[in-house]
Amino acid sequence: MTNIQTINQPLSQHIKADGSVTTLAEYQSNYGYQGLTKALSMSPSEVVDWVKNANLRGRGGAGFSAGLKWSFVPPLEKLPGQRYVICNADEMEPGTFKDRWLMEHDPHQLIEGLAIAAYAVQADTAFIFLRADYDLCAERLQHAIDEAHAAGLLGDPVNESGFSLTMLLHTSAGRYICGEETALINSLEGKRAQPRFKPPFPQVSGLFGRPTVVNNTETLCNLPHILYHGIDWFANLGLGDDNGTKIYGVSGRVKTPGCWELPIGTKVADIIAMAGGMQDGVKLRGFLPGGGSTDFLTEEHLNLAMDYGTIQHAGSRMGTGTMILLDDQTCVVGMVLNLIQFFAQESCGWCTPCRNGLPFIRQILTDLEAGRGQHEDLEHLLKLCGYIGIGNTFCALAPGAAEPLQSALKYFRDDFVAHIEQACCPHGNSPKPDNGLKKEAM
Amino acid sequence: MTPIIATDAATHCADWRLKIEPLNEHEETAIAAQIHHYPQPQAAAIEALKIVQQQQGWVSDGKVKAIAQRLQMSPDEVDSVATFYNKIYRQPVGTTVISICDSVSCWIMGYQGLAQAVTQELNIALGETTPDGAITLLPTPCLGACDHAPVAMVDDQLTRQLTPASLILLVRRAQEQSS
Repeated sequence: MTNIQTINQPLSQHIKADGSVTTLAEYQSNYGYQGLTKALSMSPSEVVDWVKNANLRGRGGAGFSAGLKWSFVPPLEKLPGQRYVICNADEMEPGTFKDRWLMEHDPHQLIEGLAIAAYAVQADTAFIFLRADYDLCAERLQHAIDEAHAAGLLGDPVNESGFSLTMLLHTSAGRYICGEETALINSLEGKRAQPRFKPPFPQVSGLFGRPTVVNNTETLCNLPHILYHGIDWFANLGLGDDNGTKIYGVSGRVKTPGCWELPIGTKVADIIAMAGGMQDGVKLRGFLPGGGSTDFLTEEHLNLAMDYGTIQHAGSRMGTGTMILLDDQTCVVGMVLNLIQFFAQESCGWCTPCRNGLPFIRQILTDLEAGRGQHEDLEHLLKLCGYIGIGNTFCALAPGAAEPLQSALKYFRDDFVAHIEQACCPHGNSPKPDNGLKKEAM
Repeated sequence: MTPIIATDAATHCADWRLKIEPLNEHEETAIAAQIHHYPQPQAAAIEALKIVQQQQGWVSDGKVKAIAQRLQMSPDEVDSVATFYNKIYRQPVGTTVISICDSVSCWIMGYQGLAQAVTQELNIALGETTPDGAITLLPTPCLGACDHAPVAMVDDQLTRQLTPASLILLVRRAQEQSS
């Protein structure tokens, strides 16, 4: 057995540089499926408490305690019958690619984690809701699920324990809003992926009206290790208030973009250093800490710890933990316009502030970028961020979309003003105005 | 050609008086297997649409009617699902579909240059199909491969670290294969 102290990158320990997949035999040779065996030797409520005490927080962005989320499922004695667990593998947050990395390389880790979650809430059916474009993940996951069923690690009953579980892979047809858990449930029921009103929460009435738990891929991948190595080991992995590791990612104009498993609470600057720093001749101006729906932070925040509390205190969110960097050669207005275009297109169209507000913002930003902006547009944009903010919309899509915009207006206001005063994009995304008076004589 | 981007689907109005196009044997078997996974047949709607699309290249009004009949739904209900999702094509697409990621990381890393080069090469706009039916160009939201930006998918194959020149090579190869 591997020395427990040396395992400080549990989630990525099987990931090989050549991109090949971890086989069932390889996975099992290194305590694979023993976390599940351990869970099956405990009572379901003991597993819930174990994970609650480990303080495993949701890695999909919200950071809600996974064990606490499970504990809202009514006990089987009170509410007998069918219940479900779902893995949210609909990774579509702009700039996010961590779940793909985990699923492509080590599918059994996710399957084991999902099986543990199923046992904890006494579900007999588990779905993996995979985004449409992850074809390689789909192929490798389906193969691994079949392998696990054939080896008696899933099915009826699992490991001769009396607990039975069927695991099914559902590939989506592509829509960002499917990542919202109630929209995901509607999608799994074959409907348009519109979020549902809460309450009732899915833990009470979810898929087909039955108790349902939805967890993110990375969250589930932590479970086998927490069960096998214990709570103290997990707590010692984190650097700050949070426990465990985090898959951090960096994209943008860096030397070696990628993702890495590091202690949760690693400094922002250290994560960027993993990516080899900025490309030559390019200067960092700011970053979105955890995907397209988080507020910009700037150079002054580089020494902050990337954990839920610290980043929130700085005015943003850790989100998915995959950073997108803004450099001095990229137009911030254009970047925000690109993000707003994404959210406007991916809005499900259910509530007015999101359906109409986002295209409205997109129009103003398009005008600014094209050199047709007015000074009052900036106040107007800020007002619109409020109108589509938390409390005014049905779900978190539009408030998330407002985050990069409102923070760009705060930190990079001069860039917006330059677009208005020069009547063009200073980065050349729109042509300079043909002003004959200022032209020098040939 | 008419654009087939999902956002334009709202203007497409199906005519349900058209004849039903019955499911073929493969579609019938594959859809039945999916229905088996769920307590309600309509839960298999998205899978059914994907199965038909895999066979036919797209989903016609007649096939929507057939799926509706099989899943005990109305054709409009099936169509409302079909038009919601980005990856269900309700109009014919080219032999090869090239989906270019237009989201933030790829945009920073050169999406605009790719889009300009490929639309010039093929002389069609994004969202259109070449007149010979060889290639459809689609802008697509974040493909989750930001560490290899800019990226595109050529059918179901992810292509990484593209430059305008390498994308044009891929396009020409796809054109050769379809001719």
